Amino acid sequence: MTEKKIRVLVAKPGLDGHDRGVKIIARALRDAGMEVIYTGLRQTPEMIAAAAEQEDVDVIGLSILSGAHNTLCARLMELLREKGMQDVLVLLGGTIPDVDAPGLKQMGIAEIFLPGTSTQEIVNFVRERAGQKA
Amino acid sequence: MDEVTRGKGKPNPAFSHLVENEKDKRKPSPREQQWEEKTLKPSLARSPERAAEFTTISDHPIRRLYTPADLADWDDERDLGFPGEPPYTRGIHATMYRGRLWTMRQFAGFGAAEDTNRRFRYLLAQGQTGLSVAFDLPTLMGYDSDHALSEGEVGKCGVAISSLADMEVLFDQIPLADVTTSMTINSPAAVIWAMYLAVAEKQGADWKKISGTLQNDILKEYVAQKEYIYPPEPSMRLVIDTFEFCTRHTPKYNVISISGYHIREAGSTAIQELAFTLRDGIEYVEWGIRRGLDVDEFVPRLSFFFNAHSDFFEEIAKYRAARRIWYKTMRERFGAKTERACTLRFHTQTAGCSLTAQQPYNNVVRTAIQALAAVLGGTQSLHTNSLDEAWALPTEFAATLALRTQQIIAHESSVTNTVDPLGGSYFVETLTNEVERAAWDYIEKIDALGGMVAAIDCSYPQREIAEASYQYQMAVDRKEKIVVGVNEFTAEEKPIEILHIDETVALRQAERLRKLRAERSSDEVERRLAALRKAAEGTENLMPYIYEAVKAYATLGEICDAMRAVFGTYEEVAIT
Repeated sequence: MTEKKIRVLVAKPGLDGHDRGVKIIARALRDAGMEVIYTGLRQTPEMIAAAAEQEDVDVIGLSILSGAHNTLCARLMELLREKGMQDVLVLLGGTIPDVDAPGLKQMGIAEIFLPGTSTQEIVNFVRERAGQKA
Repeated sequence: MDEVTRGKGKPNPAFSHLVENEKDKRKPSPREQQWEEKTLKPSLARSPERAAEFTTISDHPIRRLYTPADLADWDDERDLGFPGEPPYTRGIHATMYRGRLWTMRQFAGFGAAEDTNRRFRYLLAQGQTGLSVAFDLPTLMGYDSDHALSEGEVGKCGVAISSLADMEVLFDQIPLADVTTSMTINSPAAVIWAMYLAVAEKQGADWKKISGTLQNDILKEYVAQKEYIYPPEPSMRLVIDTFEFCTRHTPKYNVISISGYHIREAGSTAIQELAFTLRDGIEYVEWGIRRGLDVDEFVPRLSFFFNAHSDFFEEIAKYRAARRIWYKTMRERFGAKTERACTLRFHTQTAGCSLTAQQPYNNVVRTAIQALAAVLGGTQSLHTNSLDEAWALPTEFAATLALRTQQIIAHESSVTNTVDPLGGSYFVETLTNEVERAAWDYIEKIDALGGMVAAIDCSYPQREIAEASYQYQMAVDRKEKIVVGVNEFTAEEKPIEILHIDETVALRQAERLRKLRAERSSDEVERRLAALRKAAEGTENLMPYIYEAVKAYATLGEICDAMRAVFGTYEEVAIT
């Protein structure tokens, strides 16, 4: 019996166009054997929640380098709750100040990955936390 | 870490032909051969080198030693020349920094216009010699602060500017006749520039005398930074409209800053940065010529903007090669006659992507090394990044320290005492030659694709950059490339103090826009926007229409929407 592949939606919410990180993550997760869907740039939280529901993903990886993370994450988590998708693992990467981390985790963001994180660390985290469910 | 594993990564295959050719052609002198036999071999036998191969941060191979054998075909008259003379390898001025230091131009912008105005006046008081405006994402994307998509983004990564009223506050008590200002704005550049010109006019500054720089480089947006609104063709029309307007009305203004900075930040190699930027430059010149502009008249208004990354000599070689390629291009490809059209002037910013969130004080050291490379490469102006920028926009303390870094290089290091101090170095001249040759290869490839707009359409530069960026990350993950404090020499640390922008900025902006819309003449605004829409459908230069709309206090979002209605919007094919 083959193991079910972990399905990941990687997304760029908001107006930020810095996509170097998100593209590297998408490729690294794919190379690690996961099913990866990249939304492209400038997605609203509504678009991301809808895509996550439609693609039936296990994980959503958000990349935000614009400083708008508090607003955008709060809205996305609210939408996921409304859709009954609390079991989706939501990860955030980017320039995220330490002081914002507790609030973001309280919203339900499972982990925050700062610049300098190795791709292996992210792959391991996703496997560990989403592997059993998939 | 294991010393042996370092540097084991294969050199970039793109350069392998180059190394092979060099090896074949290289004829060491009898004295050099003797040194290899008598001194080198026993030394290697006693203690091997740390790695089998040494490469730059861009994976460009570097030899153990450079000698006259590496410069056999090199002609110092032809390839080096003298400063202020073709091919400008040594710099564009005869006396370089002995005459005048580079402009210390720190990029700043956050919150609402009054917040940034305060930071600007502080920086000028600290001895900064030029201004540089960072706009927030809604402004960069042509949305007003109260647009639904602006939520959470207002004033966050730059200053929020939605109308001429905001621009008036931004430059309050700053005389535009005396201070030069650089504005990092691209897709809506024509609109923001019109606002700047309107403020200058209100202050009574003479347009013929004011100077500054508009980034206005839309091509690199499709390639790297991704802040585009319209498709390439109408975007290029807008750029050429500003060229034409500038040549006629603001002869001292730098109407474009053709930028490699963002290409490098997106993960390119040094050679890709150089090649794609100069090919973008060629594209703008071609479009300008097609509009009927004279190269000797408009090309002097084009300026460049490069990154200063951590590989010290590779960066210096890049700047030197850039001047030489541009000189040859303007002279041979476009037949430019004047010196001004052939000299590449550039701004430099240290590499944001090299800054680490871990051990942020290390960033001061990185930035100093990068800034020194820019100076030794002959930059005309420089921005040094702040230590806290992997976390947020800089605090006043961090921004001041970044400025002091430049002042220490300028006034204490003495590197400014002589022109092009590295000129004639076997290594630097060889690397300059190699970087130049590799850049020409890319330029020829893009020519063969039909130019930069065509290359963007088939995602060629985007793909090249994504590949280089991924390979670099893998090398860091494998510790083949060391980032201090990140994948080696790590330590537990305490958080640093950072700048926090709260949501009151968005509320203040929304209130200001509500007031503006209530007080201005909506008839006048409607008339001006309708005229702009009509002109956009035709082929006229849009600058005068944009200027009139701005002066009627039409907002940035309204003006960009008028053009969106005609030009449509752009969606990229995402490469992952």
